[in-house]
Amino acid sequence: MLFKKDLSLLVLILVVGTIVAIINPRFLSLINIANTANLIGLFGMFSIGMAFVIITGGIELSVGSMFALLGVIFIDLLVNHGMSWPLAMLLMILAGTALGWLHGYLVTDMRLQPFVVTLCGLLIYRGIARYYTNDGTAGFEFGMNFPALEWLTTGRAFGVVPHSFIVFILLAVIMGIVLHKSVFGRYLFAVGKNEEAARYSGIRTHRIIIAAYVISGALCGLSAIYLAMYTRSISPASHGSFYELYAIAAAVLGGCSLRGGEGSILGVVLGAILLQVLQNLVNLLGIPSSLNFAVIGGVILIGVLADQQIVRRREQLKLAKT
Amino acid sequence: MSAAQAAPAAPFLDLVDIGKTYPGVVALSGVNLSVAPGEVIGLVGENGAGKSTLMKILGGVTAPTQGAIRIDGAERIAMSVKDATKAGIAFVHQELNLFDNLDVAANVFIGREPRFGGILNLIDTPALHHRVTPLLRRLGADFGPSTPVAGLSLAQRQLVEIAKALSLEARLVIMDEPTSSLTASETARLLEVIADLKAHGVSVIFISHRLQEVERCADRVVVLRDGKVVGRLNRDQIQHDAMIRLMIGRDLKSLYIPPAAPPREVALDLAEIRTAVFPRQTVTLALRAGEILGLAGLVGSGRTELARAIFGIDRRLGGRITLCGQDLDIAEPRDAISRGLYLIPEDRKQCGLVLDFSVAENISLASLPSYARAALVQDDAEARSAERQKASLKIKVPSVATQTSSLSGGNQQKVVLAKWLSMRPKVIIFDEPTRGIDVGAKGEIYELMRGLADAGVAILMISSDMEEVIGVSDRIAVMHEGRISGILERSAFSEDRVLQLAVGRSLQEPPAMKVAMGG
Repeated sequence: MLFKKDLSLLVLILVVGTIVAIINPRFLSLINIANTANLIGLFGMFSIGMAFVIITGGIELSVGSMFALLGVIFIDLLVNHGMSWPLAMLLMILAGTALGWLHGYLVTDMRLQPFVVTLCGLLIYRGIARYYTNDGTAGFEFGMNFPALEWLTTGRAFGVVPHSFIVFILLAVIMGIVLHKSVFGRYLFAVGKNEEAARYSGIRTHRIIIAAYVISGALCGLSAIYLAMYTRSISPASHGSFYELYAIAAAVLGGCSLRGGEGSILGVVLGAILLQVLQNLVNLLGIPSSLNFAVIGGVILIGVLADQQIVRRREQLKLAKT
Repeated sequence: MSAAQAAPAAPFLDLVDIGKTYPGVVALSGVNLSVAPGEVIGLVGENGAGKSTLMKILGGVTAPTQGAIRIDGAERIAMSVKDATKAGIAFVHQELNLFDNLDVAANVFIGREPRFGGILNLIDTPALHHRVTPLLRRLGADFGPSTPVAGLSLAQRQLVEIAKALSLEARLVIMDEPTSSLTASETARLLEVIADLKAHGVSVIFISHRLQEVERCADRVVVLRDGKVVGRLNRDQIQHDAMIRLMIGRDLKSLYIPPAAPPREVALDLAEIRTAVFPRQTVTLALRAGEILGLAGLVGSGRTELARAIFGIDRRLGGRITLCGQDLDIAEPRDAISRGLYLIPEDRKQCGLVLDFSVAENISLASLPSYARAALVQDDAEARSAERQKASLKIKVPSVATQTSSLSGGNQQKVVLAKWLSMRPKVIIFDEPTRGIDVGAKGEIYELMRGLADAGVAILMISSDMEEVIGVSDRIAVMHEGRISGILERSAFSEDRVLQLAVGRSLQEPPAMKVAMGG
């Protein structure tokens, strides 16, 4: 299942990692690796959902706003309504699922463009989140503890391996099987590549597309809880801002085509890793943190450009042979 | 009015001994054609007779492999699209090449807009309208230069195309099936426009299947068959039957494989089916198990739309579909597929296949759950089934894991077929089963179809290829403008009859009662 694209991404990660490690050996310290792994887990979970949507040829822009909205509601339920955390968690995942279904419904049966639908989601959810807290910060009160929830979200196995990372890898394995081995996964690629032909083969294309948004929504609901527990306080005006772009970047780096029909879970995992390694690079190499986005953007651009050139070179070689 | 045809003017365009060979195919050979200023030439011939190749050569899209093109007596060796336009050759295409999102004036002068503002390069809209308005008036258009094209009818769009041709000072306008989608009054209007062009010394080449209209407007008719000019008719000789006689009359190769057994019970019964393209027409047709029923008709007669409605791609407006005695409620293709009613679509690459998928993945696409255990696809079961299909259909491909896009047309078609054969077909609709497929693979597809029919499958074959319809079918139903205009038993097959029905004439009608009009 290792595609050529995944392999070149792995090489890129190793090269960047080696360079950073040589310049600043702290890169390989246990603490740094554990912290980076935590971030990979947090950002990776919803990137997997994004990949499903992108494979249908769609896009999901409301991710960050969903984190703010579901996050403040989650904290509110725990803090002010005394709801048990498993129930609150379940509700948030269901809420994410419902929003995903709504997006999918609007995209398929209502024939709206995914960009427009989810852009509206981005604006609406952010607005409601801010209204919900009167633009204030939602957080846990001092001394409030949820040991089991904290263990699950921010805990670390053997004191090192972040649970968020473990959950991410588990999800990646499950969703990898779903995408690459299941009937649904095959349908998803067929719909993404050629929706017309899929329909002529009796595939219910609308259902498949809606399912992709539902998966993305559910994973967003789960991520919202992990992110809320990670930050422990949420200012709804900024919490999760631009996170959808991390997910899109991870998916595109990982070989998803925005035209649909292409992508792999392994690629998305590697893409999520590369993004966090780059973040880490900015911190460790003393690059001003304001340049953070610029560095990430630059590396993605160069990576995609190089990949395109390699593909073209390969095709030219193929043509030359024949 | 008859003065124009009496005085032989020097030809504007002269084609001398034009030939065009594609690898393995002779599309045109030894075609001579001259067009005088103000002359209207009807160009007729069956599908595949070479009309479109000839037009491509005139438009500078492809170069002839033989012969010479003379324009005003000057020889053009290599003519580009630009040269053709400059020489005054303009096209009004079957599929109109207009920008839906722009207005009429913008379309007429696209790429040649009057400008102002120096470096800003702004479009001088008043000047543009000033130039477009008289053209529209001359054509008797009932719309203005600022009307959005999206809101225009097909006939109106045609006028925009003609206005464009006039704005280019075209001396020859080539119209490809201009009336195929027009109503009777719109057609009459277009014929007036052609008369006006003629009066202004503009020549017209009028390509049409609608022989009545050719009769009404052409000064001369040139008939193409198998890439050759097989007949030239002068004004007084232009008659429906004369044209049909010339269009057909080649030897049809014997493609027919007789069925092993007489057809059995009715498998698919269509009762008063109505489709969105011809909402006022109904189709009633019975298809029997074990037979190949050819569905003939001109392009645009509603055959593909009928197939799509039966298969559940488009919603049908009315009618009942009965499969093996049971009423079918088909809302989407899935419903048809689950009952054993399959469609092999006309557009193989867009509708039949996911080209980036492997051969095995395409074959299994419609029946994937049957290769799955616990919702996971069993690759080996899938590959085994694909291998079986590959062997039985003789699909030429190194491995079933090969990407489908790299296969030839014939092998791609076999993959589409394999998709359905790996299931349990009762009825298969083939829409143009051998379009774009080489001769050898064609024969194999016909054999496969006969094999299926003999196994009890009912086959409906939509085809625009006369040789195929007559050669392969057990019966032929002919469609004309959304309705079945006639059904022929094999003993009554003839190209002439199929063509008569396809152009909407009933067979009982005495042949030579058409009154020549105009002239």
